[in-house]
Amino acid sequence: MTTVFDRPHALKDVALHYCPGCTHGIIHRLVAQAIDELGIEGRSVGIASVGCSVLTYNYFNVDMIQAAHGRAPAVATGVKRAYPDNIVFTYQGDGDLAAIGTAETVHSAARGENITVIFVNNAIYGMTGGQMAPTSLPGQVTQTSPYGRDVKTVGYPVRVCELLREVDGAAYLERVAVNDVKNVKNAARAIKKAFQYQMEGKGFSLIEILSTCPTNWGFTPDKALEWLEQNMIPYYPLGVYKDKYAEKEAE
Amino acid sequence: MAEKVLMKGNEAIAEAALMAGCRHYFGYPITPQTELTAYMAKRLPKMDGVFLQAESELAAINMVIGVSAAGKRVMTSSSSPGISLKGEGLSYLAGCDLPAFVVNVQRGGPGLGGIQPSQSDYFQATRGTHGDYRTIVLAPDSVQEMVSLTIKGFELADKYRMTAMLLADGTLGQMMEPVSLDQGEIVTFEKPWAANGTKMQRPNNIINSLSLIPEELEQWNLTRFKRYDIVEQNEVMYEEYMMEDAEICLVSFGITARVSKNAIAEARAKGIKAGMIRPITLWPFPKKPLLAAAQKVKAFVTVEMNMGQMIEDVELATRCLKPVISCTRCGGVIPSPNDVMAAIDKACEIGGAAK
Amino acid sequence: MTSQIIFAGFGGQGILFSGKFLAYNGLIAGKYLSWLPSYGPEMRGGTANCSVILSDTPVGSPIVTYPDMLVVMNNPSLDKYEDAVVPGGKIFVDSSLIERKVKRTDVDVFYVPATAMAAENGLDTLANMILVGKLIKESGIVDFSSVDAVLDKIVSAKRAELKAFNKQALQMGYNYQG
Repeated sequence: MTTVFDRPHALKDVALHYCPGCTHGIIHRLVAQAIDELGIEGRSVGIASVGCSVLTYNYFNVDMIQAAHGRAPAVATGVKRAYPDNIVFTYQGDGDLAAIGTAETVHSAARGENITVIFVNNAIYGMTGGQMAPTSLPGQVTQTSPYGRDVKTVGYPVRVCELLREVDGAAYLERVAVNDVKNVKNAARAIKKAFQYQMEGKGFSLIEILSTCPTNWGFTPDKALEWLEQNMIPYYPLGVYKDKYAEKEAE
Repeated sequence: MAEKVLMKGNEAIAEAALMAGCRHYFGYPITPQTELTAYMAKRLPKMDGVFLQAESELAAINMVIGVSAAGKRVMTSSSSPGISLKGEGLSYLAGCDLPAFVVNVQRGGPGLGGIQPSQSDYFQATRGTHGDYRTIVLAPDSVQEMVSLTIKGFELADKYRMTAMLLADGTLGQMMEPVSLDQGEIVTFEKPWAANGTKMQRPNNIINSLSLIPEELEQWNLTRFKRYDIVEQNEVMYEEYMMEDAEICLVSFGITARVSKNAIAEARAKGIKAGMIRPITLWPFPKKPLLAAAQKVKAFVTVEMNMGQMIEDVELATRCLKPVISCTRCGGVIPSPNDVMAAIDKACEIGGAAK
Repeated sequence: MTSQIIFAGFGGQGILFSGKFLAYNGLIAGKYLSWLPSYGPEMRGGTANCSVILSDTPVGSPIVTYPDMLVVMNNPSLDKYEDAVVPGGKIFVDSSLIERKVKRTDVDVFYVPATAMAAENGLDTLANMILVGKLIKESGIVDFSSVDAVLDKIVSAKRAELKAFNKQALQMGYNYQG
C-alpha cells in the first residue's frame, strides 16, 4: 500500500481548537507542508500572534514564540537578526496585522526584513467573539458594527497587499484564498514560494489568505465559503501584488 | 588595573554592554539617552553585531524579545516616556521568562515632562506594568558603576531569566568621569530553552506567556516567584557610608546619593553624625540593612528626585520604627546639598539627634 | 584640594570642549574629576555651560553650584553666574564679547579679549582655548607642560593641524598680560 496523503511532520498530531468549518486548519496544513517539502523544520521558528491563531504554538512542530498583539513582525525581526540562518515566519490575523500591528507590518516590509508573514484575513475578530476588523467589509454586520460597517464613521477596510505594494522593501506579496480546491492548491504554492524566497535571502514576503469564520459570520461552513467567494474576493482581488524577482526577470 | 578613560555615562553603558557580549541593540532616539544609541550605531556594525533603529519603542522591545527568545544577549535603552511605551514588552518578557537588559536614563514627567534629570520612574521600575512580576533594578551613582552594573545586569538577567533594568538619570547619562573598563571575566549561561530551531535533534521549544487554565497560570507564577525569592536572598546590593556611628541615616540612590555625600560631609563638619545607606539594587530592596539601621539611628532622610517614591519602601523596610523625613526635588531639578542639609536638620529635631 | 569650574557661553563657542580639555588634564594628572554639560534642544546658538570638578578626593555631586572659577563668553552667562562665584574666586571674561565689568569686588577678574585675539591670529573658533590658557596660568590647577598629551587624546589624529592651532591659542592666553 502506498501512502498518498499524510499529516505533515511539521504539524503536531494534536486536535486543533478551531471551530467546525474554520479554515485555519487548512492554512496550518499548508504552512507545515511547505516546511516539510523544503526540509526546513529543524531551522524554522514560528511567531504566534494574538487572536484565534494564538495557540498555533501548540500545533507546529517547530520552535515557537508567542508574541504580543500586533508585534509578531518585530519579534520575528529579532529572531532573524540573531540567527539569519533560521527560517522565521509569523502567523497573524487581520486585527493583529492590520490594526494594532500596522506599524510593525509596514516597517518590517520597509526594512525588507527577510521573513515570511502568513496573514489570515477573515474580516472579523474571531477570538473575542466577532467584532469589526480593519478588513471587515462595508456594511458587514459584526458585534461592534451591529448596523453594518458604516464607512462614513469608521472608514474603509484596509487592503494590505495593495498598501504594501508601494513599500520598496517588500519582495513578494500575494493574495490567495482557501475556499475551494483550486484556490487551496494555489495557496499552497504561494506559501511555499514565500518560504523559498526567504531561504534565498530575497527579503520580506507576505501571503494574505482569505479565510472564513462561520461561527462569527453566522453561517454554516459551506455558506461561509460561498460568502467568501461572493463578497470578499470582489473586494480583495486574488493575485500577485508584487514579486520583485519576477519583475526583474521580466525586465 | 587598566588605564582609566573619560567617558560619558551613556557611552560607558554601551561599551560595558559590548564587553558583556551583547551584540544586538534595538532602540529609538530620545533625550537624554541618545548618545547610547549613537554609540551602538557606530560600534556594532564593526563587530558583526546588529544595530537597528526601530520604528517605535514598542517595536524595539519586541525585537529584544525576539533575540532573547532565540537565546542571545540583547538590550534596549530609552528615557522615561519611551520606557512607558516599552511597558507591554517588559510584562511579556516576564511572562515568557526571558532575560533582557533595559536601560532607563530618566527625565522629568509625567507625560512628555521635560528633558532634565529625574528619578520619578522609581515606582514604574520597581513595580512594573500588568501582571505579577518583578524586575531587577540597578541604580548606579557613577559612570564607573554604570559599567560594572551593566555587566552585572546582563549576568543577572541570564541567570534568573528576567529583565534587569539599569535605572540612571539624565545627569549620570550626560556626565563624564574617569572609568576603568577592566571588569574581569564575563559570566555566561547555557540557554537550552531558546527558540532557534530544533535542528531535528530535540522537541520544539515554546516561548509563551499564555495559559487559559487558571491553575496552570497560577503555578507558573508560583514557580517564577520562587526564583524571585532567590534573587531577594542573594542579589541585594547596597553601600553603607559613614554608618558606624550614624544617628541620622540618609537613604538615596543614583545621582542624589552623590549630592547626599556632600551634605553628609557638611553635616559631620557641624557635628551631626550623618551616614547613608545607598540602595544599589532598588529591587531587591536592601530591607535588612535598613531594618538593622532603624534599631540604631534616630531618624532617616530619604533624598530623591521625585515627589517621594522610594520613601514608601524605606518606611516599609524600617517598619516605621523611626521617623523618615523626605527631601525631594522634581521636574528636572536636582536637590542641592543645602536642600539635603535642611532635611538633616529637620531630622535631628524630630529624631532628637545631637546637633 | 578641590576646584570647581563653570564654563558658560553660547553653543558653538566650544564651551563643552573647554571643559573637556580641563577634565582630560585632570585625568592625565590622576585626579578625581567630573564633567557635566548642560543639555537641551538647542544644538547651536543657544546657551551652553558645563561644570568641571577636579579634586584630590572622590567627587561627590558633579553639580557645581558655587564655582571657584568661572569662564564666561557672553553677557547672559556673566549675569547668571557672577553672584555664584565663591569669595576669593576667579572670573575669566571674554572682553571682546562682554562689554560690562564684573560688579563683584571680592573676586579676581581677568579680562581677555579672546575673540578678537583669535580673529587677529586666524584662530577664529579658538577663543575658548585662549581663555583656558589664561585660566591655567592664573590658577595653576594643571601643568602647562601636559597640554600636548591632552591634545593628543582629544583632537582626532586625522586633524593634526588642529592640535597646533589649539596649542597656539592656549599659549596666547597663557602669555596674555592684560
